[in-house]
Amino acid sequence: MSTLEIKDLHASVETESGPREILRGVTLTVRGGETHAVMGPNGSGKSTLAYVIAGHPKYAVIGGSITLDGEDVLDMSVDERARAGLFLAMQYPVEVPGVSVSNFLRTSVTAVRGEAPKLRLWVKEMKGAMEALSIDPSFAERNVNEGFSGGEKKRHEILQLELLKPKIAVLDETDSGLDVDALKVVAEGVNRFQADGTTGTLLITHYTRILRYIHPDFVHVFVDGRIVESGGPELATQLEDEGYERFIKSAASA
Amino acid sequence: MTTTPATDHAPRISARSVLDHCVPTGREEEWRFAPLDRLAGLHASGELLPGTIDILVSGDGVDSQEVPPSDPRVASTLVPSDIVSARALASARQAHLVRIPRETVGSARIEIVGRGEQAGCHLVIEVAPFSSATVILDHSGSGALAENVEIRVGDSASLTLVSVQGWDRDAVHVGRHDAVLGRDARLVMGHVTLGGDVVRISPTVSYAQPGGDAELLGLFFAESGQFQEHRVFVDHAIPNCRSSVLYKGAVQGSGAHTVWIGDVLVRSGATGIDTYEVNRNLLLTDGARADSVPNLELETGEIVGAGHASAIGRFDDEQLFYLRARGIPEDLARVLVVRGFFADVLMRLGVPDVASTVMATVDSRLGVDLSGSGIEEDDD
Repeated sequence: MSTLEIKDLHASVETESGPREILRGVTLTVRGGETHAVMGPNGSGKSTLAYVIAGHPKYAVIGGSITLDGEDVLDMSVDERARAGLFLAMQYPVEVPGVSVSNFLRTSVTAVRGEAPKLRLWVKEMKGAMEALSIDPSFAERNVNEGFSGGEKKRHEILQLELLKPKIAVLDETDSGLDVDALKVVAEGVNRFQADGTTGTLLITHYTRILRYIHPDFVHVFVDGRIVESGGPELATQLEDEGYERFIKSAASA
Repeated sequence: MTTTPATDHAPRISARSVLDHCVPTGREEEWRFAPLDRLAGLHASGELLPGTIDILVSGDGVDSQEVPPSDPRVASTLVPSDIVSARALASARQAHLVRIPRETVGSARIEIVGRGEQAGCHLVIEVAPFSSATVILDHSGSGALAENVEIRVGDSASLTLVSVQGWDRDAVHVGRHDAVLGRDARLVMGHVTLGGDVVRISPTVSYAQPGGDAELLGLFFAESGQFQEHRVFVDHAIPNCRSSVLYKGAVQGSGAHTVWIGDVLVRSGATGIDTYEVNRNLLLTDGARADSVPNLELETGEIVGAGHASAIGRFDDEQLFYLRARGIPEDLARVLVVRGFFADVLMRLGVPDVASTVMATVDSRLGVDLSGSGIEEDDD
């Protein structure tokens, strides 16, 4: 079982008027087998949390720590983090012209597993994973994310999740832009990934609808760069009924 | 000697004799980028170039012969428009004529191997009507070459011609590659420039009859100190023809310099034509330079379409982040991005061994050994 520990994390982004602090003291522990939902209004910094965990160069960590099983994540490069077992399903997956999905996936799987999978087994594995996500086989020959619909991009992210089998997965607004059918397919993929009960999931979302298909053990309300309240699944129900207003007000007065 | 009416981009003088051409000073528009002091004197006088270069033609379904430069088929459509081209013709002891007979299919590889000397050569490639052919021009070795390649694609014929500049690091190559298309003829002309010290090629396309379709593709990669210039000129004077130009270049290391000029002239009679040109450049390091100058000159508006696009960019940080966030080490991620950058040009060229040469060059110049990396090889 793995543990991702985030302690008093502060991070800023460079703006025209100097650095602006976006994460203002995030503390959160995600253990293998657990599903955490981080919910918050737009602009609260929850996506920044996802990018800082993955190591995006745009953000500077100015305080606090992130460890994975005691190893200092902040000390690792972006690719080292991925090889250590962290995965970020991105809200806006990036187009990589001229690089086919199949080439990308095989290179990525080779890097994370430490050796190239046998070609015949690999083709079978990839086809199986694509089929489970209702991804057309022709997808493998297309360029990474190029001309993909919103739903195709998200399914492609979950395909990578299933193939790379990380210890801890961070899903950044994976539900956004998906219709009900696509949401179900994507949620089933996430649930398959979690089925063995050893992997941890950090689900970042604005809406509660994905929580009908992926059941969180813990729900955290994220406002103004930090977690302002944590609870069980019932907190999500409360958010669905009442919205974020109460938390925004209390954060403003804090 | 003929003098064409002045336009911004068309060559002004066409003449066989070196005496009719001036020695460039570097102030002329067409020479302003070229490092004249590194041209091994190819441009500096009208004297015959003293050396020779080896030219080996092999292939299927082609008729290859050497003819004297006075043969009427030599310099009939490619008439030298500058002193280097005139010198190439004057210095070639024999012109090489490669013909694909009427209503046949042929393929040829022309190996041009420098032996360290200053030399000129003139090649004529003729695809007779209703034939189709693939011709690879493979340049290697060292020395300084002034070169003319005179290409004629007959009515309803089709030619894929790829010129690979895989020269040794010290070579100098100044070439004019001039194609004329017959009625409904189709040409894919590719330029792949990887080697040499200074390579300056002027691919030129014009149309003798309506219905011609030319696709000009280019790929170049300059490293520290290399200069690579491609000066495309498409001359639309005939109605209902089409041209499409796509050149992509990468440049890395201090003093590496690439130049792409895309001149497209649509003369008043060229109604119903369709033309589009694109050049994209990737600066891989600081200290490297890419110049990109598209010129589209329209003398008629009665056309299907005309456009151009040009860009010079750096590595896309978001692309690299995405690949690295999937565990792919940074150097490998860069290779994937550069390979991907060139992929559409190579796909449209459709010549597998050229593609593998380019990929191997990309890998080695980015300093990556791909064995065991999981990157798919072409035969997968």
